[in-house]
Amino acid sequence: MDAYLTQYIDPYYLRLLVLIGINIILALGLNIITGVTGQLSMGHAGFMSLGAYTSAILSMQFACPFWLALLAGAFVAALFGCLIGIPTLRLEGDYLAMVTIGFAEIIRVFFLNFEPGGKAVGLAGIPQNTNFVLVLVMVIVIVYLNSKLLNSRIGKAWYSIRENEIAAEACGVDTTRLKVMAFTVGSFLGGLGGGLYAHYMFFIRPQDFAFMKSIELLNMVVLGGMGSIPGTIIGATILTLAPELLRVVAEYRMLFYGALLVILMIFRPNGLLGDVRVYDIRKRWGRKEVQANADTNP
Amino acid sequence: MPILTLDGISQEFGGLRALDGVDLMVEEQQIYGIIGPNGAGKTTLFNIITGIYDPTEGTIEFLGQAINGAKAYQVAQMGVGRTFQNIRLFQKLSVLDNVRMGAYGVTRSGFWSSLLGLPRSQREAQEVTARAEELLDKVGLLDKKMEYAVNLAYGEQRRLEIARALALKPTLLLLDEPAAGMNAKEKVELMELIYQLREQMKLTILLVEHDMNLVMNICERIAVLDYGRKIADGPPQEVKSDKRVIESYLGAEA
Repeated sequence: MDAYLTQYIDPYYLRLLVLIGINIILALGLNIITGVTGQLSMGHAGFMSLGAYTSAILSMQFACPFWLALLAGAFVAALFGCLIGIPTLRLEGDYLAMVTIGFAEIIRVFFLNFEPGGKAVGLAGIPQNTNFVLVLVMVIVIVYLNSKLLNSRIGKAWYSIRENEIAAEACGVDTTRLKVMAFTVGSFLGGLGGGLYAHYMFFIRPQDFAFMKSIELLNMVVLGGMGSIPGTIIGATILTLAPELLRVVAEYRMLFYGALLVILMIFRPNGLLGDVRVYDIRKRWGRKEVQANADTNP
Repeated sequence: MPILTLDGISQEFGGLRALDGVDLMVEEQQIYGIIGPNGAGKTTLFNIITGIYDPTEGTIEFLGQAINGAKAYQVAQMGVGRTFQNIRLFQKLSVLDNVRMGAYGVTRSGFWSSLLGLPRSQREAQEVTARAEELLDKVGLLDKKMEYAVNLAYGEQRRLEIARALALKPTLLLLDEPAAGMNAKEKVELMELIYQLREQMKLTILLVEHDMNLVMNICERIAVLDYGRKIADGPPQEVKSDKRVIESYLGAEA
């Protein structure tokens, strides 16, 4: 399929599009945990690596069908997300961040010493089953289901936990259960993204899923706007493209990348789309019309 | 039958005795006031009733059922709605969403039906929205339903909290200083609203308030707390003339 598409589009751009798609899936998962429910997680790459390694090993050693390997990776990540969700019953903010960092490190060091995962060398020769069309379809389905979920009773309860936990309890929300649920769903998407990544890159190593990867994903959510699906999509797109577009400045690439983050956060402290709603945009346009009408009326 | 019975409630915070053997009995559809100087333990009492604290001693019965040790969300699901002294709204949710969230404890849609948008959960969502709009109309905030809660004026935020608590279809409503920060006109409107709610929704209302005028006007029974002890309990006229109450509380005002 991709071979067909490369007749019309440069393989380099196609590759970027696939990576954007995978990052969108990963960031949407983190968005549920951190953006929507407000539980600061700095270990999303840990879930990603669980999905990546599980699916890669299943594909390579057990000749598992691709879709099954992908799902298995996502479920393993979800299981660990559920487990890591349990300490969040007691921890908040910075303390939770520490736990998630520690968790991701444990996962990384585990794979660094894990024989079937090729230890520090990593795994090479993973079948390249991920392609542009698959990623596109998955992004569409996930965005659709995700927006449905966030507008539902469960989704609003997640937002309410972020906004005020005590008030959420007073509304009858079992905050413990819902936080664990958010972690489970978020890490499921993390594992799914990891599986897609492994089957696209052909080659994975433990350091692909190090602390900086978690931070990069967190940046996408914060930059786009906590809790906003369109924001997260834009955040993931910008931060995937930025290092590529900044190739013109060669060695200063990461300097500009950092400066971009600083500037965006100064001008949009709530993220690009953190507090933008369709309703507000419509109202702004509506108000102009009303004023125009008022001007013409005596 | 009393709706709420507190029996010998004590609460200690690391040696500090915030409440000391408080008894209380609230009858059905009563408007019951709790007054007392700052630090008397009024809000602590509310937090105990709503399950935020587990009392050191004593028992709480709601509708004849012991609710000691029940979690806050469980108490809410049983039908105890509340507002907070320091307003606790979901600031970055719309006014309508705030009230819809209030109905969380009395709705059922779970994860899968929410994710897949099953007809049952859609119907439920529609019902909740319709009811939320009704409640917003009642407290006069319907035209602001799409605003962020944080953008409302102070008095409006207080009313929104009441609407949110009502969405839970409570049997018992706890109001923690509902008139704080309101002007005279808003206070009169609030009194009317409280009366209306009791009549229309068959509510029992327990309120903490500093505004003596409001409390004396609206409450059928008043309990007075001082340093964690209940020093008086009775109809407004009786409490007003109680010597100890005048000494410890009203006297300071005169």
